[in-house]
Amino acid sequence: MSLEGTDVAATDAVTKGGATNEDGTSEGAPLLTLSDVSKVFNGDLVALNGMSLQVRAGDFVSLLGPSGCGKSTALRLIAGLSHPTSGKIDWTGGQGAGDLGVVFQEPTLMPWATVAQNVWLPWRLRGKSYASVKDKVLEALALVGLEKFAGSYPRELSGGMKMRVSIARSLVTNPRLILMDEPFAALDEITRHKLNNDLLALRAKIGCTIIFVTHSVFESVFLSNRIVVMAARPGRVIHEVAVDAPYPRDEEFRTSSAYAAHCRAASDALHDAIGD
Amino acid sequence: MAETRMAETEAPKTRPGTKRIIDREEAARARRRRIESIGRWTLPLVVLVLMIVLWDRICVWNDIPKYILPRPGLVAETLWNDAPILFKALLITLRTTILALLVAVIGGVGLAVLFTQSKLFEMSFYPYAVVLQVTPIVAIAPLIFIYISSKIVGMLLCAWIVAFFPVLSNTTLGLNSADHNLRDLFNIYGATRWQRLRYLQLPSALPYFLGGLRIAGGLALIGAVVAEYVAGTGGVGSGLAFTILESSYRLNIPRVFAALILIAATGVVIFMALSLLSHLLLRKWHESALKRES
Ligand SMILES: Nc1ncnc2c1ncn2[C@@H]1O[C@H](COP(=O)(O)OP(=O)(O)OP(=O)(O)O)[C@@H](O)[C@H]1O
Ligand SMILES: [Mg+2]
Repeated sequence: MSLEGTDVAATDAVTKGGATNEDGTSEGAPLLTLSDVSKVFNGDLVALNGMSLQVRAGDFVSLLGPSGCGKSTALRLIAGLSHPTSGKIDWTGGQGAGDLGVVFQEPTLMPWATVAQNVWLPWRLRGKSYASVKDKVLEALALVGLEKFAGSYPRELSGGMKMRVSIARSLVTNPRLILMDEPFAALDEITRHKLNNDLLALRAKIGCTIIFVTHSVFESVFLSNRIVVMAARPGRVIHEVAVDAPYPRDEEFRTSSAYAAHCRAASDALHDAIGD
Repeated sequence: MAETRMAETEAPKTRPGTKRIIDREEAARARRRRIESIGRWTLPLVVLVLMIVLWDRICVWNDIPKYILPRPGLVAETLWNDAPILFKALLITLRTTILALLVAVIGGVGLAVLFTQSKLFEMSFYPYAVVLQVTPIVAIAPLIFIYISSKIVGMLLCAWIVAFFPVLSNTTLGLNSADHNLRDLFNIYGATRWQRLRYLQLPSALPYFLGGLRIAGGLALIGAVVAEYVAGTGGVGSGLAFTILESSYRLNIPRVFAALILIAATGVVIFMALSLLSHLLLRKWHESALKRES
């Protein structure tokens, strides 16, 4: 596990296609590049200061940092929900419709619609009838193990199941990049572990690229191949920790010494970020 | 300890087929719920009967003449005997009420949608909707009947003015209360204005709208009654309120009471019908339609 410097923008554009390597290092083609991106609110609140980051196809990048360090701000900028005060965000080959999936901390489902209708939403907004994308909707639900609940309403589901629906919705368009903002923070530890395992299994199946925001060192180490550690006031990137443990990772990985070592490294970096 | 002890006859639920376990606490709660559900219907009825008996006794004890306070029996009799006149009047009042409510729904929801589509439009017109609402309808009504020659249209307008505001304000609130993250999600997926309205804002507004509708139902009836009072003369517009007015001139007090009872009953029926509608539309997904555990 290596602590790299603050300049995390990958300088060597690796053009090999494909997903994460066996050993967890990423060598996919660049997908998204943030160059010196800053965001200032109300004239003087620097939520994000000069963030540079290159996300490659197949990456699982975690943004780890204390509250208020600009993690959500970074995701909102990437999602195009707000625009950088300065700096640039570039999609390799431009961003097309359905290139992006998002999962919020809350499941954010429409309570008046069934599970299947919720998952249909990204397609529906692109003018597709349910019949024409039914297979895709059911496939996405099957990926999160909820095909039996297609006709249920969100209120009939547990918190963990709602989160799965939310994940199914984020991947139903087969996006190039999925953004997740503390998706499991509100869940209990057991459900969270389960969903972490499932998320990795799912990623192994469909090979998507993910940017994942979390407060948890353990979660970030278990899931990602790159951990971007951020500090607050002003929000900025201070370290990148590479987690070069191979995928697939399972419960065994959680008890391995490599896992413990990675956690220590990430934790040290986080302490730097908090400043003690 | 005694609270949580299990009833003797029942075994713990260890395998399928064993009896259900109901501890004392739960049994007590079930009993309380049963008593409550019976009481909810019987108690008001008991009160009603007592009041009627009291009313009757007061009339008898004080020798009150029927042109001042008729005995309840006489009111019931009038209700029966005058049924043809009264129900014709009821239909007219009901027609005004329902038409006004319909127009209030169309106008209120339509305006609310326009408001959420254009901030400028909302800023320009919302204050006037409030002005219209806070000015007492009794004060506006005479003018309306001066400028509008058709009684029916005039009465409709009166009832509409009182009824549309709760629909407008509740629906506006509802349209703007769509979940923030869902709104972001719609933006990310490049939803058009129309899609956002159709798939996000309107469904979010439904519970609010239905709440406003329930209030508007009662207000439309009040508006219709006020309009009839102001419109005065008979002819086309002789609804229940006009019947009350006319009967009181003739000191036909039993008929006044009979008409009054019909108006009150109409109000209750409208409220119950709209509550039922609300329940049917929301029961699948909305919190307000969920049964609470205890
Ligand atoms: N729309 C906004 N207007 C003003 N200030 C904002 C806005 N959004 C975020 N901020 C501020 O920017 C800073 C970074 O916020 P952000 O939500 O990105 O932090 P975060 O890392 O996601 O924190 P958390 O872990 O608590 O979610 C905070 O100080 C926050 O108050
Ligand atoms: Mg956040």
